[in-house]
Amino acid sequence: MFNSIVLVKQVPDTANISGKVMKDDGTVNRAKLPAIFNHEDKVALELALKVKEIYGGTVTAITMGPPRASDILRECLFMGADSVYLISDRKFAGADTLATSYVLSEAIKRIGAYDFVFAGRQAIDGDTAQVGPQTAEKLNIPQITYVEEIISAANGKVTIRKKIDGGYEIVEASLPVLLTVINGAAEARPYSAKRIMAYKNAKSLTDLEGMTEGNSLLYTDKLVHEYKEKNLFIPTFTMDELKLDVERCGVKGSPTKVYKIESVVLAGGNHLKVANTKQGIGNLIEQLMADHILG
Amino acid sequence: MDKLSNEVWVYIEQRNGKPADVSFELLSKGLKLAQNMGGILKAIVIGDKVKELAKETFKYGVDEAIVIDSAELKDYRTMPYSRIMNELVNASNPRIILFGATIVGRDLAPRVASNTRSGLTADCTELKIDSIKYLGKEYKDLLLQIRPAFGGNIIATIITPDNPTQIATVREGVMEKHLAETQNPVKITEIPFIPDPTDELVKIIEQHREESKINLKGAPIIVSGGYGLGTKENFKLVFELAHTIGGEVAGSRAAVDAGFIVPERQVGQTGVTVRPKLYIAIGISGAIQHRAGMQEANKIIAINNDPDAPIFGISHYGIVGDAAEVIPTFIEAYKHKLK
Repeated sequence: MFNSIVLVKQVPDTANISGKVMKDDGTVNRAKLPAIFNHEDKVALELALKVKEIYGGTVTAITMGPPRASDILRECLFMGADSVYLISDRKFAGADTLATSYVLSEAIKRIGAYDFVFAGRQAIDGDTAQVGPQTAEKLNIPQITYVEEIISAANGKVTIRKKIDGGYEIVEASLPVLLTVINGAAEARPYSAKRIMAYKNAKSLTDLEGMTEGNSLLYTDKLVHEYKEKNLFIPTFTMDELKLDVERCGVKGSPTKVYKIESVVLAGGNHLKVANTKQGIGNLIEQLMADHILG
Repeated sequence: MDKLSNEVWVYIEQRNGKPADVSFELLSKGLKLAQNMGGILKAIVIGDKVKELAKETFKYGVDEAIVIDSAELKDYRTMPYSRIMNELVNASNPRIILFGATIVGRDLAPRVASNTRSGLTADCTELKIDSIKYLGKEYKDLLLQIRPAFGGNIIATIITPDNPTQIATVREGVMEKHLAETQNPVKITEIPFIPDPTDELVKIIEQHREESKINLKGAPIIVSGGYGLGTKENFKLVFELAHTIGGEVAGSRAAVDAGFIVPERQVGQTGVTVRPKLYIAIGISGAIQHRAGMQEANKIIAINNDPDAPIFGISHYGIVGDAAEVIPTFIEAYKHKLK
């Protein structure tokens, strides 16, 4: 039996920038990018679910983000997570990886006894790969990054294949341990139709507040109670709930600051247009040969 | 805040006493940063029998090398290596630490940043020292860490204004290494290794390595394919063209994610940075993330069926058309001209 906690993140889909999200000045309109479940985190959840299937135990998924991040928590439930938590507070806004790992590590401690913490290696919006190791450091447990495979787990130890520069390594770690998982480690399972039916109406407090807008607080309380009864309530951890040090959260707790941002103008620039014909391409090749670039 | 340190540290990554290229590249960058802030450059060398390597760092302008040498440190392991680094950093709060953004560097640097509560910026494409004003306060000799962010659609300058230590990671090939004009006398400070029970929490059972036959960095011609090729089948055309003109094959991140090509051949901010004589970008839209790794190519040809693809903006030659037509025409024309 192993208890796993999985760190997941909702990210803007930055991978495939199409013309549709480009502004007239050639920069990307970030607001237009769809929000998706960070893929490597999904793979991390898959590994946690596999561990549960083989050895028994529980899988808990948590995300820190704005209220709408409850979307991906529902997706975690669709995949098979036993429970999910939203970690959300305006005071968390602007957190860099250090402040994020502080909040996550405290949330993990709150959830309680765990054998594994799983996370994707990195999220595609920042690509830093820092939150996993920083969370492990704060939990005072070892980490294994770039996990490719869980070979076996028994007697408080896990054997893992991990990627290293130029190859791979088999390592044995004492539990608890934090694992960051790469894309190739597993194929995330499709959402179960049965679970979609069961959990599509799972709601966080903010979700419910949105539904009761204009109505009395009493009504919200009643709804929360109802959803809890039906096991469809997604609990939210706020800063106060976790008794966090405000100095270590959000912008305040972030040593790195964004000094400047330049939206990149992707359009423009002069290039020689080469006709897509035998003649045009032939001329280009001749030119490159004359310049000793092609030989 | 107490007086800030003027030290720039570079973590020297090594395997069996052989340095990672990126570490010496960072020494060259670190030397420049140290000079610009009137500071000194230190190399941190952890491993087994690494004193020769420590001596070698002085060719790149190091003032002092800190060495922790022990048979137990032969292979990189997170727990002992990060413990050593944490102790070193907490003891003297260097102003700047640079790590290669390798698998090891990305495992170690965040652990150190977390423990020492320092700022950490990943995959910087440029680093410089400048005095700036931020939120009404003057900061002297701050490290400006420049990196594409948000999937490479913006360029961000990140600072760590109010903490003693600023940490950055940089990918291999981004900075250029060169021998220092003047070398300092060798000064090695050895710090004894004291084992700790936590070192044994993770044990290496076996290791497999193959020397990579892929050499993108040194290739004069690179033919690179993107997501726009659509299928793995179409991507074969990229291999065919590369083979014909004697180039190496590479791909964009999207092509790697789509499984068209292995990650070792990814060009871009989160892949390899290349400076070939000729770079042919096929079906690559040209996000900053990709450009960061290839825009310094001597000549760039873009082939794309979208005439508005941003890649044309940094190309010298552009061909608008479907790769499945353009590549065979290119191959045929090339063979014809060779005759």
